Amino acid sequence: MQFDQLLQYLLSGLSTGAIYALIGIGFSIIYNATGIINFAQGEFVMLGGMLTLLFLETCKLPLWAAIPCAISVATASGILFERLAIRPLRQPTPINLVIITIGGSILIRGLSMLLWGKDTHAIPPFSGEEPIAVGGATILPQHLWILGITLLIIAANKFFFYYTVSGKAMRACAYNRRAAGLVGIDVRRMVLFSFIISSAMGSVAGIIVAPLTMTAYDVGVMLGLKGFCAAIIGGMSSGGATVVGGLVLGVLESLGAGLISSGYKDAIAFIILLLILFIRPQGLFGKAQSERV
Amino acid sequence: MNRDLIKFLAFATLILATPQVLSGSYLMNVLLFVGIHTMLAIGLNLLLGYAGQISLGHAGFFGLGAYLSGILTATYGWNPWLAMPLAASVVGGLAFLIGFPILKLKGHYLAMATLGMGIIMYIIFNETIGLTGGPSGLSGIPAISIGSLAFDSDQKNFYLIWSFTLGMTLLTLNLTNSRIGRALRAVHDSEVAAQVLGINARLLKVQIFALSAVISSIAGTLYAHTMTFISPTSFGFNFSVELLTMVVIGGLGSIYGSFLGAALLTLLPEFLRGAQDYDIIIYGALLMVMVKYMPGGLVRGVPDLFRKLLKKRGARHA
Amino acid sequence: MLEVSGITQIFGGVTALEAVSFDIRKGDITGVIGPNGAGKTTLFNIISGIYTQTSGRVMLNGTDVTGLPPEKLAMLGMVRTFQNIELFGGMTVMENVMVGLHTRSKSGLLACSLRLPWSRKEEHRIRAGAQKWLEFTGISELSDVTAGNLSFGKGRLLEIARALAVEPGIILMDEPAAGLNSQETVELACLIRQIRDLGITVVLVEHDMELVMDICDRIVVLNLGVKLAEGTPGEIQKNHEVIAAYLGDVD
Repeated sequence: MQFDQLLQYLLSGLSTGAIYALIGIGFSIIYNATGIINFAQGEFVMLGGMLTLLFLETCKLPLWAAIPCAISVATASGILFERLAIRPLRQPTPINLVIITIGGSILIRGLSMLLWGKDTHAIPPFSGEEPIAVGGATILPQHLWILGITLLIIAANKFFFYYTVSGKAMRACAYNRRAAGLVGIDVRRMVLFSFIISSAMGSVAGIIVAPLTMTAYDVGVMLGLKGFCAAIIGGMSSGGATVVGGLVLGVLESLGAGLISSGYKDAIAFIILLLILFIRPQGLFGKAQSERV
Repeated sequence: MNRDLIKFLAFATLILATPQVLSGSYLMNVLLFVGIHTMLAIGLNLLLGYAGQISLGHAGFFGLGAYLSGILTATYGWNPWLAMPLAASVVGGLAFLIGFPILKLKGHYLAMATLGMGIIMYIIFNETIGLTGGPSGLSGIPAISIGSLAFDSDQKNFYLIWSFTLGMTLLTLNLTNSRIGRALRAVHDSEVAAQVLGINARLLKVQIFALSAVISSIAGTLYAHTMTFISPTSFGFNFSVELLTMVVIGGLGSIYGSFLGAALLTLLPEFLRGAQDYDIIIYGALLMVMVKYMPGGLVRGVPDLFRKLLKKRGARHA
Repeated sequence: MLEVSGITQIFGGVTALEAVSFDIRKGDITGVIGPNGAGKTTLFNIISGIYTQTSGRVMLNGTDVTGLPPEKLAMLGMVRTFQNIELFGGMTVMENVMVGLHTRSKSGLLACSLRLPWSRKEEHRIRAGAQKWLEFTGISELSDVTAGNLSFGKGRLLEIARALAVEPGIILMDEPAAGLNSQETVELACLIRQIRDLGITVVLVEHDMELVMDICDRIVVLNLGVKLAEGTPGEIQKNHEVIAAYLGDVD
């Protein structure tokens, strides 16, 4: 095994890992505010990519305009989802919530198939396709976009949760929903907020990854599950631990695909998922409780 | 004779009489799928409806049963009647072993873990090309036969599959009306109270998980020998969700509800032939609508609806 | 019957119980009392196998049962009821009590699925047994009611009937009179005596002093996680430390 090749796997693993991290944080934010694992999380990722395509090709918008439009529509559908599926539920038992979010995810996927068909589509990269040499490996400009945007979002996220009133209120909900309600925090609003933030983040992840991997109506399933795996490695934290979880998963996958077999690549995430759930359900870093936001 | 048995005999007669009334190979084909799906839905319902434990990986057990007997018969020339119990024991044993760590998890985590388990199995079906034929599938699986009677037509397979399904229905009806069925519902309602009364909740859940895997495996074997060709796409995540939909629509914790759900979801796409591929939208919408407006499923929701309507009418007349 | 020795429980640095020891004699009704936060429910959860204590030992009929899960303890003849009754809400009253006979029956998966003759016979035996306990607690006319629809008082009786169906040697009751009106409390006292007369040892955590003083043979007093006193109701009523603990220190 040559060093260059290893470096190559590492670099591409880090950029997919960043995507997983973004999606994973989306899972954690909703989980911490509501106790729900949103099985439709991956669909917002898919919507990000597909909506960008819609605005680019059908509305003929330039990329810089199409992206914010796509994020807004995806976020709006996140709000709609919370309003129509989660809020009116009369018996919010875990099983009912699992079933209803699965139902929602299938519905969104089906409607997207109706709208855009089954083909895979490409989105142009944000800035050229000229590979950049890093050591003996090369990366695409899009990889840099992914890492940069992810970093930015994570920083913004941190700022929101630690320095704004709404963010602090959401953290309070994460620690103790009942107590938060008793001191006058509107818990239902926080639930809605969590859906807004995580659908927006999910759609961004879907947009920045689309130029690399293509997009289609059904990409949300796998991306969503991988994101969940990242969140589980990170102990459902919506901060650094899940980012590390995403990066670890991305790199392991990339190494596994390169060194073992690309066919089993997807299995790696699920084997890790099961192992963590069986052995360390509190996440790899174990201090989940203190960082649950 | 008790009421439950009479109900079951009426149900069985109704099913077995269908080929006398309706005929045609196409229709038989659809109805035998109703049989396979009913069996699968009953298996999942034992776990989800009675024990209250969700699984999003049951398509994997179904597939494992199908592949094990497919490979044993097509590649190694075994008799299907030998392959079936072997496959069922392997799948049951596997589920028993996985069951201990996986059923420690609850709610959302259990859902995700079983989902992951199902996807791992799906990937294995795709990747062990030497054994399973990979994505292009495994063909040449022989039909089941008894002596010189080969189950090689849809009509014959209808009887074969439905005898299994009806048998399974009777056994699970008995089971759910026994001390074990009560213990399961007890664990569902209050695990700690069940434990205090001496029920080993963990072991019981694992046993039911294994039992429902065995039922899925037998359905898989029957499916493989009826189709004579299998490929991984039949055993993916989507199918696990379809099974879940059947159980929820029919009614959690109702054996006949599972039949209703399976029949509805199998027949629906046939009525919607023009809208092929779009049945997935309907599944999604059905799941959401049912959980929201009829959490008891059709078996409870429809009679309730009638009762309400009658009450309204009665009130108007009065 | 039940020996508790040196039970200490520490929750994240907070000591909930410290070296609590006492013996419970066979056939007695023993009350465990103490002000709020004394650690009574924690102690019950430890004895009944729901929590695992930091240290200490529990002996039941001379065998060490420390750390055994609740289902094993039920097999050995110890059951409990809960402060906020834990019924199987979706099942009928009769079915609830029939679950209580789970340990007294043994048909397995196969026998139950096939309705083998002896498992059918067993089912009849279970039903008859459950009927007996419904009559004993006086709720047999409710046997087809869904447990979730019962009033709190009837629910309490059902929980007791269900626990008795295990045919325990010892029953732990966590605040059995909580949420009952005075008439129901009187009936409960009568029922507890009847249970004792069946030869079943009764241990109860209770706030209702009148009830405790009325029916208990012996009383254990806890305060702030330590055993303050132990004795007959008469002795406890005269104990200065107990009075101080309840009324607050007055010196």
